[in-house]
Amino acid sequence: MLDWIAGIGAANIAKVRSFGRATLMLFGAVIAKPQLVKNVPLTIKQIYVVGVQSLLIIVVSGLFIGMVMALQGYTILVGYGAEGSLGPMVALSLLRELGPVVTALLFAGRAGSALTAEIGLMKATEQLSSLEMMAIDPLRRIIAPRLWAGMISMPMLTLIFSAVGILGGHLVGVDWLGVDSGSYWSIMQSTVEWNKDVMNGIIKSLVFAFVIVWIATYKGYDSVPTSEGISKATTQTVVLSSLAVLGLDFVLTALMFGIE
Amino acid sequence: MKSRKAELLVGVFVLLAIAAGLMLALKVANQTMSGKGETYVLKAKFDNIGGLKVRSAVKVGGVTVGRVDSITLSSNDFTPIVSMSIAKKYDKFPETSSVSILTSGLLGEQYIGLQPGFSMDGIKDLADGDFVEDTKSALVLEDLIGQFLFSKK
Amino acid sequence: MENLIEIDNLSFSRSGRTIYDNISMRIPKGKTTAIMGPSGIGKTTMLRLMGGQLLPDSGDIKFKGESIPNMRRTRLFEVRRQMSMLFQSGALFTDMSVFDNIAFPLREHTKLSEDTIATIVKLKLQAVGLRGAAQLMPCELSGGMARRAALARAIALDPELIMYDEPFAGQDPISMGVLVKLIKALNDALQLTSVVVTHDVTEVLTIADYIYILADQKVIGSGTPEEIKNSDSPLVQQFLQGLADGPVPFHYPAGDLQTALLGASC
Ligand SMILES: Nc1ncnc2c1ncn2[C@@H]1O[C@H](COP(=O)(O)OP(=O)(O)O)[C@@H](O)[C@H]1O
Ligand SMILES: [Mg+2]
Repeated sequence: MLDWIAGIGAANIAKVRSFGRATLMLFGAVIAKPQLVKNVPLTIKQIYVVGVQSLLIIVVSGLFIGMVMALQGYTILVGYGAEGSLGPMVALSLLRELGPVVTALLFAGRAGSALTAEIGLMKATEQLSSLEMMAIDPLRRIIAPRLWAGMISMPMLTLIFSAVGILGGHLVGVDWLGVDSGSYWSIMQSTVEWNKDVMNGIIKSLVFAFVIVWIATYKGYDSVPTSEGISKATTQTVVLSSLAVLGLDFVLTALMFGIE
Repeated sequence: MKSRKAELLVGVFVLLAIAAGLMLALKVANQTMSGKGETYVLKAKFDNIGGLKVRSAVKVGGVTVGRVDSITLSSNDFTPIVSMSIAKKYDKFPETSSVSILTSGLLGEQYIGLQPGFSMDGIKDLADGDFVEDTKSALVLEDLIGQFLFSKK
Repeated sequence: MENLIEIDNLSFSRSGRTIYDNISMRIPKGKTTAIMGPSGIGKTTMLRLMGGQLLPDSGDIKFKGESIPNMRRTRLFEVRRQMSMLFQSGALFTDMSVFDNIAFPLREHTKLSEDTIATIVKLKLQAVGLRGAAQLMPCELSGGMARRAALARAIALDPELIMYDEPFAGQDPISMGVLVKLIKALNDALQLTSVVVTHDVTEVLTIADYIYILADQKVIGSGTPEEIKNSDSPLVQQFLQGLADGPVPFHYPAGDLQTALLGASC
């Protein structure tokens, strides 16, 4: 019994300590004096890795999700003769929820896991130690550009996802099911508000990006440097960041749209 | 060589994101109508505005010419006053025009339909800040049903 | 004789297991010092302690008279520019070509022009016999080539101290010979101080000026190669001859085998 309680205590202490280490890592990477001249090319390279290479999956998913939503929405709305509201339905769901959330989940799976594995392997092959012995701080050199690249890429991916989704909805709703194109756009325009809908979606995606890249880089940096340790860390990144995204989404939605 | 290609593709990526942002701004959220100086204000009193909201569209024959700016309650007779900003390029509506609150579809969005009136000598055009006198309120479903039941008895 | 590194009464433990118990060592300047011992005894750990990547539990490590464990981070980074370490795996950056790997410390720490850097990189690659492999990626190199490329990177900034972690492990006889010659040549030509960590007895006896043998959390023997060879310590002789049975335990500390196999009775 005592052992059991001690076990719970130890597990929690380990969690708190690990959170402390993650925070220290973040500060070491971000607060450290910025070396813009050196870091900009590194960050651009990382935007290529986490952003550009995620583009295809984001565009394809956005297109299909927009198309499916138009199909489902149409069958429901047409029953009330309100198929004209298809535009705002598709646009609002994408901008407020699906855009940021689905992009974040795909990003966690596509880019987050790759980040963890990459940094874990760098640790296992002594590349991080080697940097340290060369008097180069791996937090600044390796972690910081990846953090920034993720924070920059995610909102852009989210914008692209939502835009493609709205076009996909147009493709199915207007071109296929025959909703009037004018009303698809004009009712959407009269409903969607820039600040409330688009900006809030971007803010969400920034928060998600921060959480995902933080988890991903920390899990790699803190991984046990063996093949088993890295595979475990990669799985943890995907699971933990997906859960964090969904949980945070609820909190953010409640804050942004819940109470008028 | 390799980093050149990466830089180029990152550039393309940023351009795509800007294009997506512009599309959301202009075509989805329609930012152009809220700009200053391009619009003028018309007001109208209604008995009942139903589900009309700020930013609802003002349409002439289906064409959006403006948006609802604000909805307030007149302090002396407790009727709603709707003020609409209308694009400057549509500034020749005669005083005899009428506005009504319409619904797209059975349960769709409510918007203001502006019906241009006849124009002849002696009738001025509506100018900034003018009231449109001839208004038709929103159809409120409950009222309609009530009337229907009442007349049956 | 001047000492570059002085280790005094150092103790260090990891996850509750003592690795070093109150040991002292001297690394003389301009000489090659070998640290020998069986696998898992903590040779890599010793190099990390010298580089300031790990902190001792007690005791001190002095580099040119300055205490490494008590250094501020910025000072430590300055001091590290005077040392370099050849990791066991080479630790080449896998996302850069061999050329860029060797240019990396130059680009990070100097303001030299790209032309000058290219010249230096070619010279260093020539020294390790890999000038033709400059444009290859690390994954295209054999183990021996990777180790040599890493050596070229380690000497790129002309450090005062090079620490080699098992440079001969897993090398074919030819690469081994090449590496031995390289280490010797570097030491003679550049007046470098070298610390070579290894368990290859024959190679060490040819290149080292001074040898420490570690076992059982302590230094069990030290001296010039001659002194070591003629040592009458049974521990040292067991290590030199590679005998499993002897005063040095070959097994990682464990319980009694019989108890482990037959189950504990209590
Ligand atoms: N990260 C670590 N955490 C805990 N123990 C470690 C770690 N790294 C090494 N050790 C332990 O320290 C001891 C010395 O390791 P090391 O210095 O790598 O040995 P060597 O290089 O002599 O083969 C080993 O017994 C190993 O179990
Ligand atoms: Mg080792």
